[in-house]
Amino acid sequence: MAGYKPVAIQTYPVLGEKITQDTLYWRNYRTPVQIKEFGAVSKVHFSPQPPYNYAVTASSRIHIYGRYSQEPIKTFSRFKDTAYCATFRQDGQLLVAGSEDGVVQLFDISGRAPLRQFEGHTKAVHTVDFTADKYHVVSGADDYTVKLWDIPNSKEILTFKEHSDYVRCGCASKLNPDLFVTGSYDHTVKMFDARTNKNVLCVEHGQPVESVLLFPSGGLLVSSGGRYIKVWDMLKGGQLLVSLKNHHKTVTCLCLSSSGQRLLSGSLDRKVKVYSTTSYKVVHSFDYTASILSLALSHEDETIVVGMTNGILSVKHRKSESKKESLPRKRPAYRTFIKGKIYMKQQDDIMINRPAKKHLEWYDRDLKSFRISKALDRVLEPNCVIKTPEVTVSIIKELNRRGVLANALAGRDEKEITRVLNFLIRNLSQPRFAPVLIRAAEIIIDIYLPVIGQSPIVDKKFIVLQGLVEKEIDYQRELLETLGMMDMLFATMTRNNSAPVAEHVPTELPEEEMTETPCQPADADKSS
Amino acid sequence: MVEERVRVVRCGGSRLNFRRAVFSADSKYIFCVSGDFIKVYSSTTEECVHVLHGHKNLVSGILLNPNNHLQLYSCSFDGTIKLWDYLDGILIKTFTVGPKLHALYIPPNAEDSVFLTILKEDPDVFQLVSVKLPKSSSQNVEARERTFVLDYVNRSPKCIDFGNEGEYIAAVRDFYLSVYFLKKKKTCNFTLPSTKNKKNAKNRFTCVACHPNEDCIASGHMDGKIRLWRNFHDEKQYTYTCLHWHHDLVMDLAFTVSGSSLLSGGRECVLVEWRDGAEKNKEFLPRLGSTIEHISVSPAGDLFCTSHSDNKITVIQRNLDARAVIQGLVKDRSISTGLMVDPKTKALVLNGKPGHLQFYSLQSDKQLYNLDIIQQEYINDDGLIQIELKKAAFSHSGTWLATVEQRQENPSELEMQMKLWVFSKKTQGFSLNTKIAMPHDDHITALCFNNAENYERPMLVTASRDGHFKVWVLADDSDIYKKAIGWTCDFVGSYHKYQATNCCFSEDSSLLAVSFEEIVTVWDSETWELKCTFCQRAGKIRHLCFGRLTCSKYLLGTTENAILCCWNLLSCSLQWSAKLNVSVLEADPYSDHVAAVSQSAAGSDLFVFKPSEPRPLYVQRTISREEVQWGVFVPRDVPESFTSEAHQWLNRSQFYFLTQSQCLLTFSTKSPEEKLTPTSKQLLAEESLPTTPFSLLLGKHRRQQDTRSSETSENELVQLPLTENIPAINELLHTPAHVLPSASFLCSLFVSSLLLSKETESAEELPDVDMEENKESDDSDEENDLTEKAQETHNTDLRDDVIHQLSKREEKELRKFRKVDYSWLAAL
Repeated sequence: MAGYKPVAIQTYPVLGEKITQDTLYWRNYRTPVQIKEFGAVSKVHFSPQPPYNYAVTASSRIHIYGRYSQEPIKTFSRFKDTAYCATFRQDGQLLVAGSEDGVVQLFDISGRAPLRQFEGHTKAVHTVDFTADKYHVVSGADDYTVKLWDIPNSKEILTFKEHSDYVRCGCASKLNPDLFVTGSYDHTVKMFDARTNKNVLCVEHGQPVESVLLFPSGGLLVSSGGRYIKVWDMLKGGQLLVSLKNHHKTVTCLCLSSSGQRLLSGSLDRKVKVYSTTSYKVVHSFDYTASILSLALSHEDETIVVGMTNGILSVKHRKSESKKESLPRKRPAYRTFIKGKIYMKQQDDIMINRPAKKHLEWYDRDLKSFRISKALDRVLEPNCVIKTPEVTVSIIKELNRRGVLANALAGRDEKEITRVLNFLIRNLSQPRFAPVLIRAAEIIIDIYLPVIGQSPIVDKKFIVLQGLVEKEIDYQRELLETLGMMDMLFATMTRNNSAPVAEHVPTELPEEEMTETPCQPADADKSS
Repeated sequence: MVEERVRVVRCGGSRLNFRRAVFSADSKYIFCVSGDFIKVYSSTTEECVHVLHGHKNLVSGILLNPNNHLQLYSCSFDGTIKLWDYLDGILIKTFTVGPKLHALYIPPNAEDSVFLTILKEDPDVFQLVSVKLPKSSSQNVEARERTFVLDYVNRSPKCIDFGNEGEYIAAVRDFYLSVYFLKKKKTCNFTLPSTKNKKNAKNRFTCVACHPNEDCIASGHMDGKIRLWRNFHDEKQYTYTCLHWHHDLVMDLAFTVSGSSLLSGGRECVLVEWRDGAEKNKEFLPRLGSTIEHISVSPAGDLFCTSHSDNKITVIQRNLDARAVIQGLVKDRSISTGLMVDPKTKALVLNGKPGHLQFYSLQSDKQLYNLDIIQQEYINDDGLIQIELKKAAFSHSGTWLATVEQRQENPSELEMQMKLWVFSKKTQGFSLNTKIAMPHDDHITALCFNNAENYERPMLVTASRDGHFKVWVLADDSDIYKKAIGWTCDFVGSYHKYQATNCCFSEDSSLLAVSFEEIVTVWDSETWELKCTFCQRAGKIRHLCFGRLTCSKYLLGTTENAILCCWNLLSCSLQWSAKLNVSVLEADPYSDHVAAVSQSAAGSDLFVFKPSEPRPLYVQRTISREEVQWGVFVPRDVPESFTSEAHQWLNRSQFYFLTQSQCLLTFSTKSPEEKLTPTSKQLLAEESLPTTPFSLLLGKHRRQQDTRSSETSENELVQLPLTENIPAINELLHTPAHVLPSASFLCSLFVSSLLLSKETESAEELPDVDMEENKESDDSDEENDLTEKAQETHNTDLRDDVIHQLSKREEKELRKFRKVDYSWLAAL
C-alpha cells in the first residue's frame, strides 16, 4: 500500500557557482586579515615545524609572522637591496634568502645577523632552497647560473651554467638530497643532479618559467609561466602530462594543499585557482584585490597567505569547527537505535518487521492530516521564507492543486495576513514564483476585499503590492518596446544577410517574453 | 495449412470491479466477474487459479451456493444462471431463465429459490423476482417460472440486501427505503424527513446492507452519511442513527460476519470501519488508490476485499492491513498516452491510475507493474484539476522513457513537466534521470525517440503547439565528484511560426519529419538542416509515419480532410494519395506493413497496406461500431507462418486496438475456443492449491524427481504402472468427493482399473517386474523408508494373487465396467 507521498519541492538551478565539497571546503575561511608590507610581496614561506610561522619577503626585509599575529614577531632587515625568496629549512631552524646584490644569506631564526653569506653570484639571486639533506643550499641567479653551496664550510660546491637566461625559480627534491629543479626565462625547466655536472632532464615549457613545484613523491613536476601551468611526468623522462590554461595573465606562484589532492596557482590576474590533481579541473577560485605574486598554505590548510604586488599580505584563517561542538546535544543512546534489531530469531518465532518510518517534514505531516492552514503557517515562518522561499511556494502550489488554497488563506488576523503579504511582496516579481503567487494574491484580494480599510498595516501592505505590480507593468512595457526595436533591427539584418540568421533568432526571443508575461493577468485584476 | 478467417477478438482487460467480489468459505479464493468470465484468484498469492467460462454475455452476479460451499452460482446478461464447481473449474448446471439478469441474491435459508433483478419495462423500471431452480439431473434446465417479489427496485445489486436469515429484504431507490417481510408479505416504506425538496436533496440512497443477526439496516447516502435503521417493523415507530465521516457519497457498505462492525467506503479511497455502530469508534485504512466501489467480507470473517474504480481488488486483513492487490487493466480514464509496447518486457503500456503508467502483460492478462510518474499525493475529489500524464515514449531499446505531465487550470496557466527515466538493470525498473520544467511554452503534441541502434546517442524530439520542435540529447553531466548523465536541449527548430503537430524519425534515424499544421518538413538529424517540405493543402496533418524495411523511403501522412498521402523521399514528390478518413495509422516495426483504421458512419474499417503500393493487402470492414482511438503492433513471441498475402501482416506482430468504450481488441485467426484451450488445459492440470512461490519450487523439485525416476526406469527397460499415470485414477483422485458416487460403488471400478492396466503386460514378465522393482528401490534411494518398501512388495503380491484368481469372463466384465466408468466421468 502506498504511503503518503511528500510534496515535491521544486528545485531551481542555482545561478553561479555550483556547491561542491570543494567550494564548501575552500569557502570555509574567515574574512582575510590584510597586512601592509613595504613593497611587493615576492615570497611567502611557512615553517614546516610548529608553530608554523611564516616568512614574508617584501622589499629589503623579511618578516616572520606567527600564526595569528598581525605584527611581525621577527624582522630580518640587514639587506642592502631587495631580498628574495626567504625559505625555511625543513627543521624550521634556519632561513635562507637571496638578494638583489647577488649574496645568499643564511640566518638563524633566533639570531639577527646572518650565519653565513654565500658570495659568488654576480647578479640578483631570485631563488634559494635547502636540499633534502639540510646541509646544502641551491641558488639560482640572474647571471644564468645555478649554484650549490655547502653550509658548514660556506663554500660553493658546484656551478651549472646551462641556462641561457635568468633563473627565477627553483625547487629541491624532498626525497633525494642530490636532485633539484630550476626554471628559467629561457623557457626551460632543468633538473640537476649534484653527483653529475650536467642537467639530467630538461623540459621545454614554452614561456618564461615563473614557478616550479615538485610533488612530494618527486614523480610529477609542475611549472608555470606565461598563462600556462604544465604538469610533467618525471618518471617518464619529462613527458608533458597536462597543460592548463585557466588564468588570463601570467601565473606567478604555485602551491600544493597539505593533502596533495589540490594544486593552487596564483596569477597576475588577481585570482587563485584550485585544481584537482587527479583530473586537473578547476574546482574553486578565489579573488583578490591585486595581482598575486606569492602564495602559501600552512599545515592542514589552516591558513592561506597571499602576497600581492601592492605590498598587501592577505591572510585567511580557516573557520574553527569548535562552534558545532559547543552545542552539546543530548542524543539518544546507541541502544535505542538497535532496539529490537539485534534479536536473534529462535525456532518457531515469526519475525514481523515494522516498516521503516519515513521522515516527513513538518509541513508534510500537517498536509498528511489535512491541517492546511497550519501547513501554510509553518512555511510562512521567517526562517523558511528567507532561506527557502521555494518551499513556501511549493506548499502554496500544492494547496492550490488540492483546491484548498482559499480555505488556507482565509480567516487570518492582521499579523498573519501581514506575513503572507510580506512574502508576496518579496517574491511576486520573481518569474519563477510568479504564476503561483499571482493566484494566491488574487485569492487574498478576493477574500479580504470586504474588510479592507480596517487595519492600517494591512492596507499599507496592499498599497506596496499595488506599487509593485504597477512597476512590473511598466517594466513589461519597456521590455516589449525593446523587443520591438530588436525585431526591427533583425528585420533589417535579414535583408542584408542570409536567411538562417533570422530563422534562429526569433526562436530564442519569445521565451524571454513568455517568462515575464504571466504577470499581466493579475495586473488586469488589480486595476479593476 | 488451412487459413481461417481473421476475426476480431476481445482480449483481456475486462472490468474486475463490475460486481462485488466473493470469497470462498475458507477464504482461500476470491471470485470476481471479468467480462463474460468468472475469475478465481488465490487470496494469498494474487494468482489467477481458474477462469470459468461459459456465459455468452457479461456476468452480472456471483454468489456461493449456500447449500454447498464448494459450488458457485452466477447469473449473466445472457439470461442464464450457472452452477460451477470452482475448484476444478467445471460447469455443473445451467438454468435458463430468459430475460437479462441484472443481479442475483440467495438468502441463506432458501432451499432452491434464488432472487433476481430483471427489467420490467423500459427504460428503467426493474423488479425483483424469485425463481425456483428445479431439481433435475440434466445439465441444462429451464427455469422460466418467476414469482414477483418487489417492484421498482434499483438495478444495482448494492441496493438490495437480505436481512436476518432472509426474513426481510431491504431495498433502496432514490429517496425510499423499502423493507419487504417475506413471511408476512408486507412492505414498509421509509423516507427521510428532510427530503421534502427532492430536487435539491442530497440524501439520496446509494446502498444498503443488513445486519447479519440483528434487525438493523445500514444505508449509505449521497451526502456521505450512513444511517442505521432499527425498529422498522412499524412504519411509524422506526428510528435511525446517523454516522458521518465521508464527505462524498457512500459507495458501498458491508457488515462483518459477526455484525460487530460496519465497513464503508467511497471516493475518499479510505476504508472506514465503524465499531459497534458508534460514530466515535472508527478505524481507517487510507490511501487505497482510488474510489472504493464495492466491499465484501469473507464468510470466515478474516478477510475483506474492496473493489476499486481503477479495476483493482485489494484484499484486506481483519486488522485493516492490506494483504494483496489483484490488478486488472486500468481503463476508467481517458487514454492520453496511447498504446505503447515496452521493448524490454513486451508489455502493453498506457496510462492507468492517475499519475501512473501501467505495464500490462497481454499474455497473462495481468498488470505487471505501475510506474509512478507524477509522484504526488493523489487527492480524489470532485472538481479538482489533477496533474495528468499526457505523453510517453520509449526509446528503441527500452532503456529510456520520456513522459510529459501537465496541469492546466485556465488557458493562460499551464504547468508542464517532462521527465526522462532510465531503466536500471540493478533494480529492473525505471528511475528518474532528468526533470525538465516547462520544456515548451504550450502543449506538447508529439514526442519521439530516434530509433537507431546506437546507444551512445539517444535523441528525443518534442513538438509543441508553441511552434517549435526541440531536440534533446543525452549529455555527460559528470564532474570530479560524481558520474552523471542528463538530457539537454540541443536544437530548437520552427517553421514560419506554425504549430508543430507531429514528429517522427525515419527507420535509420537519419531523417526527422515534423509536421507544422498543413506542412510536413523533413530535417537532417545530423546537421539539423531543413531538407525539404511537403504540402498537400488538404487540412492539418493528423498522423505522420515513415515506412519500414523495404519501404523506408516512403513517408506517410494523413490529414484532417480525409486524405492519406504517401511521399517518396528520394524524388521528394507525392507517390500516391487516397481518400480515407484515418483515425489510427500504425507501422509494424518488424515488417513493412502499415495498418490504417478509418472512421466512417457505419463503424471503423481496417486497411493493411505496404507504402510502396496504394493497393491494400487486407481490408476488414467494421472491426468495431465505435471509433478506434489507439492501435499498436505488438511483436509475437513465436512468429506465425501465414503464406497468403492477405494474412502475412499477422506473422510477426499482432495488432491491438482500443475503442472509445475502452475495449481492447485484437485480430486473430484462431477461434476463441482454440485460443483458450491451452491455458484452460494447463489450469486443469494444476493442482487446486494456490500456487505459492513455495509450491512452485516444490513442484519443480517434484517434476525433476519424476523425470529422474522415469529415466532410471527407462534404463531398466520396464515401465512400471505408476498410479499417477492412469487417467482414471488420476481423475478419481482429483474429482471432489461430493460429486463422486459412493465409495462402495467405486471400489470395484478402482481395483479393476488397476488390474486391467497390469493385464496388458504378459504374465511371464510379472515375476521379473517384481524383482526389478525391488532392485530399483534397493539401489536408488537410500532415503526410502524400509516400511514403504515392504508395503510395495506386499501390494504387488496382492495383485499377483488377484490376477491369478480372475477368470476370462470376469476380466471381460471388468473391462466393460471400466468403459462405463470412463464415460460417466467424462460426462462430468
